[in-house]
Amino acid sequence: MSNSPRTGSNRLHEWAIERVLLLCATLSVFTTAGIIIVLAVETFWFLTEVSIVEFLTGTEWTPLFANRRFGVLPLVAGTVLVSTIAMAVALPMGLLSAIYLSEYAPAQLRRVVKPILEILAGVPTVVYGYFALMFVTPLLQQFIPGLAGFNALSPGIVMGIMILPLVSSLSEDAMRAVPGGLREGAYALGATRMQTSLTVVVPAAFSGITAACILAVSRAIGETMIVAIAAGQQPRLTANPLVPIETMTAYIVQVSLGDTPQGTIEYRTIFAVGMLLFLMTFTLNLASTWLRDRFREEYA
Amino acid sequence: MTGHPLSPDSPDTGARRRHLLDRGFELLALGVLLLALSALAALLYDILSSGLGRLNWQFMTDMASRRASTAGIYHALAGSIVVIALTGALALPIGVAAAIYLEEYGGRSRLARLIEINISNLAAVPSIIYGLLGLGLFVRALGMDRSVMAGASTLALLALPVVILSTREALRTVPGTIREGSYALGATKWQTVWYQVLPMAAPGILTGLILALSRAIGETAPLITIGALTYVPFAPDGIWSAFTVLPIQIFNWVSRPQAEFQDNAAAGIIVLLGLLLLMNAMAIFLRDRYQRRMRA
Repeated sequence: MSNSPRTGSNRLHEWAIERVLLLCATLSVFTTAGIIIVLAVETFWFLTEVSIVEFLTGTEWTPLFANRRFGVLPLVAGTVLVSTIAMAVALPMGLLSAIYLSEYAPAQLRRVVKPILEILAGVPTVVYGYFALMFVTPLLQQFIPGLAGFNALSPGIVMGIMILPLVSSLSEDAMRAVPGGLREGAYALGATRMQTSLTVVVPAAFSGITAACILAVSRAIGETMIVAIAAGQQPRLTANPLVPIETMTAYIVQVSLGDTPQGTIEYRTIFAVGMLLFLMTFTLNLASTWLRDRFREEYA
Repeated sequence: MTGHPLSPDSPDTGARRRHLLDRGFELLALGVLLLALSALAALLYDILSSGLGRLNWQFMTDMASRRASTAGIYHALAGSIVVIALTGALALPIGVAAAIYLEEYGGRSRLARLIEINISNLAAVPSIIYGLLGLGLFVRALGMDRSVMAGASTLALLALPVVILSTREALRTVPGTIREGSYALGATKWQTVWYQVLPMAAPGILTGLILALSRAIGETAPLITIGALTYVPFAPDGIWSAFTVLPIQIFNWVSRPQAEFQDNAAAGIIVLLGLLLLMNAMAIFLRDRYQRRMRA
């Protein structure tokens, strides 16, 4: 760069570079602001045509039909249903895997297994969608005769497999951060590894594990392609996992695939649904960060 | 376990039961872990068995087609490569600059702290929300239309948090003595960063970039949201050209009822996974070389 030390131009140069670097760093703040502004503006226009009460409490979602209704609850129900199934798979499996890897597995085995689990997290979601539709649904249909071709169950299970590595690796980190002295104390009292894991290590790592689970829920709520491919496109207020449903994310995809002109109410629905989705995941992310920081302080 | 010589009666059976329970719990946990791994095996088997038969050179070089047997992925593959290259070109300089500011300049200022919290929150925002931002900002407000540029800008914003976080990791591995030595020779802060710190951190930064891009290349939802058309029968010829990408082509094929198209989807997935494998191998290679050099 500039080769003239001790001159004013050099100082100016350094000052300018620091400003440019700062500008790049603040781009992330502008990104967040951009997301909020884009979503808020279109949501505002949407709410001038549809009352917020109808949007948040209505039980019918038919913006693309002649008889238009704008109750978002069926989409929220679809999202909650699929996410619940995903967590029912990911939570016990992820926790047990984490306990095994942290408390039982020999070091060599852990070195081999952890990268393989990471692969599960790196597979593109469109691939999981294919897997849910073409493999898991036909497999489940052999055991559950009433299962529709599109349903909440199969994408829920596959989504659970997808977020399992997230639950497992973050929980394992939390468990390994528990001081060895606590474990040794339990062993000295004659506890087995299972008793030590379940009554000492897991409770001690509880806030870290909870943070991992909240992050996993947030990931499940925002997941798009698996449900867009395998869950169907029928907004339906139901807790039945065997029939086609539609999630908030799948609805945004459905509208985006068509050629919806800007400025129409159909176009604005995806931003209103997106705003709701953003608020839900943002709240969960904040809760997760807060819990993780608290956990860090406990054993700092 | 059996026939313990010292305690033949009740305390021993209690201990035995606890050890059996412990053993059972270990097997259960191991079984769950193996179940998760076998899901990966099932996924790979399913895709390879349906897709390998369809995969040949013609499939790689054919254009899109309404007929499954003559449809290929040439334009989608070309689109993916162009979009990802541009994404990297946008995300690398901005991400590295942001990381340098936070790691070398910002220190513990309140602004730096705010930016940090913001970045970790952004990393957890669902990708489809970035798609809505891209639609509202790049496609509409900035008038980029549904171009390669709009798609790459959206993906660059999505990749930025990952690039920034991994660059900071890489900068942190450069020993402080290198910086002090440089200052002692009269170098300015920026001269130290540019001539000493960045070259040493470069392999680590590149590794992080490749991993961020390998995540971006599989992204489907944000590009569908900005309106990347699912049927674009040509490869992009510039940054303002319309485009399609591999994951969108796969999604398009999966959504059709005919089995032949679904075999096409499986073959497309094999190509996508191959591309990912290649990028990850590159990242691992770079990291290994880097670690060897750091030790030397």
